[in-house]
Amino acid sequence: MTYFPEEVVEHIFSFLPAQRDRNTASLVCKVWYEIERLSRRSVFVGNCYAVRAERVALRFPNVRALTVKGKPHFADFNLVPPDWGGYAAPWIEAAARGCAALEELRMKRMVVSDESLELLARSFPRFRALVLISCEGFSTDGLAAIASHCKLLRELDLQENEVEDRGPRWLSCFPDSCTSLVSLNFACIKGEVNAGSLERLVSRSPNLRSLRLNRSVSVDTLAKILMRTPNLEDLGTGNLTDDFQTESYFKLTSALEKCKMLRSLSGFWDASPACLSFIYPLCVQLTGLNLSYAPTLDASDLTKMISRCVKLQRLWVLDCISDKGLQVVASSCKDLQELRVFPSDFYVAGFSAVTEEGLVAVSLGCPKLNSLLYFCHQMTNAALVTVAKNCPNFTRFRLCILEPGKPDVVTNQPLDEGFGAIVRECKGLQRLSISGLLTDKVFMYIGKYAKQLEMLSIAFAGDSDKGMMHVMNGCKNLRKLEIRDSPFGDAALLGNFARYETMRSLWMSSCNVTLKGCQVLASKMPMLNVEVINERDGSNEMEENHGELPKVEKLYVYRTTAGARDDAPNFVKIL
Amino acid sequence: MSVETERSSTESSAASGLDFEDTALTLRLPGSAAPEPDRKRASSDADAAGESPLAASASAASSDAPPAPKARVVGWPPVRSFRKNALADVAGAGGKAAKFVKVAVDGAPYLRKVDLEAYAGYDQLLRALQDKFFSHFTIRKFADDERKLVDAMNGTEYVPTYEDKDGDWMLVGDVPWKMFVETCQRLRLMKSSEAVNLAPRSAQ
Repeated sequence: MTYFPEEVVEHIFSFLPAQRDRNTASLVCKVWYEIERLSRRSVFVGNCYAVRAERVALRFPNVRALTVKGKPHFADFNLVPPDWGGYAAPWIEAAARGCAALEELRMKRMVVSDESLELLARSFPRFRALVLISCEGFSTDGLAAIASHCKLLRELDLQENEVEDRGPRWLSCFPDSCTSLVSLNFACIKGEVNAGSLERLVSRSPNLRSLRLNRSVSVDTLAKILMRTPNLEDLGTGNLTDDFQTESYFKLTSALEKCKMLRSLSGFWDASPACLSFIYPLCVQLTGLNLSYAPTLDASDLTKMISRCVKLQRLWVLDCISDKGLQVVASSCKDLQELRVFPSDFYVAGFSAVTEEGLVAVSLGCPKLNSLLYFCHQMTNAALVTVAKNCPNFTRFRLCILEPGKPDVVTNQPLDEGFGAIVRECKGLQRLSISGLLTDKVFMYIGKYAKQLEMLSIAFAGDSDKGMMHVMNGCKNLRKLEIRDSPFGDAALLGNFARYETMRSLWMSSCNVTLKGCQVLASKMPMLNVEVINERDGSNEMEENHGELPKVEKLYVYRTTAGARDDAPNFVKIL
Repeated sequence: MSVETERSSTESSAASGLDFEDTALTLRLPGSAAPEPDRKRASSDADAAGESPLAASASAASSDAPPAPKARVVGWPPVRSFRKNALADVAGAGGKAAKFVKVAVDGAPYLRKVDLEAYAGYDQLLRALQDKFFSHFTIRKFADDERKLVDAMNGTEYVPTYEDKDGDWMLVGDVPWKMFVETCQRLRLMKSSEAVNLAPRSAQ
């Protein structure tokens, strides 16, 4: 193949958008490797400790779009101690030194400092998209730097970050010359923004398609903004609180009427039910609706609105919608593909908001459903079998029964057969979270049937090492496995250790794995980082275990070419 | 202060809807009178500051969620902490950067909670009190920047007051917002007629 001129090969490579294909091409020969690396525009790093940032910058100097992910997924639920790591600074510094053409940066679960944002803002003259998801460590000052210096910014998307608020100044830092915004999401910012600055920014952004406001933005401001954004497709509403100014409602209604392109709504932070009627005329055109931050709306408010959303494909909602409300979803939203039902009250067990009934109803009414996240108080095998039959297209199925280890409420049996039906019927299943009372049998089913499974979350399940072994041996496509509070020990950990080279990561917390087991794994697999995280003082550990080997609190295993990381805090031991 | 308000102060969960007095176990004989000494102590704000269940719970707001039947498991249910914090003032759970205080309204038989950290200033707080909890109230601002809430139903005026760290009841708005967030232990919308007796506006 070397007789092709390099330009031709490069041109051919440009038809390979998939990272995986480009990775494969780069392995063919040295020439291809060179061509590929110099022409790579988009780089995805699924684990910031799997490779050194400098190495990435050196290999792909012409990268335009970089995506880096940091902490393990369980960090979302406070299982990863603060200060564990996942720092953005090395990545931004390396890119600043070696990849001046960078235009887009996306980061998830990383610690991003204001200094890093400042460096980012000043280093890349053509920078245009910053997406931060579940990140922390920065303040509105860092955002002010981005706003001030990224003259070509098209996208600033801040999703569920913990941002320290230092006042409303940052939004007014967008210079008057900034007219390129396409997407602006600051829903996670807690403090107030200046309504005047916001209006001016929006009015000079003719290409704005997506705008997600935060909780501080009033109905009045929203109405004013919407008058200037007739092309908006995606809107986060602000608080939508009743402010008793009928005038702003009239403005809002007439502005909304003009938004013919609007397809997706979110926000509703403190929505007053009275506000919803102004949204009704829009409902028929919506494909996405996120009501999951709206605890002020009850089942009847929700269903009145949802029953009008006949084109809905994606619905996020709190469980106060109730089973009855889900029946309305089932009869109204025939195109529904993704449903997430979140708990509205985390602590009052026994308070039953949605159950297996609602899920069965939706599966019956919405045959296109392929992605589910469902928090409920009870489930039955019969219901899961029905759901699996009704919706064989699930690619993501995450079911959380709030009380750990709860059996089938009718038969009192484990839910093995129910989840077994899900993995058997849904051939394309890629992501699965299981809960309730489960024995090793469910893992036998998963290992046997879930051939496309890429990510599996296990909590309070299984009875022996065999359970985990079924998964490790059976799920050939598994990339991420996360387990908590399950009786899997060293035998399970070490049973198929070569698998970890083909996986991105393994997380085990409060399981039966011992330090010895982890050491064996580390010695057998030098390409793995075996991180043992012990937050508690280990001095009493031996006594508690009566001479048994101490169990490790948390274990995080991932493959890496970077070796042991040098930023680990003292409660993290890398074996 | 009215008896009604004190009853509301001892009510532990606004959501339960139960009247504390009706369900509380006491040592007194059936049919005997209400425990007078206790009531007396509670009816003095200064005395109650350090010891009443309300003050104790307000200072440890994060542990103040409704009791769960089982010990809570860290990280379960698997809901993002961001989401938990965002919904915290409804769910009754304290987030990392949240500061929950209880809000009592004179004459109302229930308490509410607000997260002071969720607001950027007095105007927002009052608007939130009005919007979220007491929608029949309207805010009235006076020339000297004093704010009152007026019950649109019966015209009663309420003055927002707060208890500071020293247990003194002050008028909301008398110190810079940040200092207020730090020192406020609980809020009370006091009937204007009673607030006259309150300590003079700030320590001028």
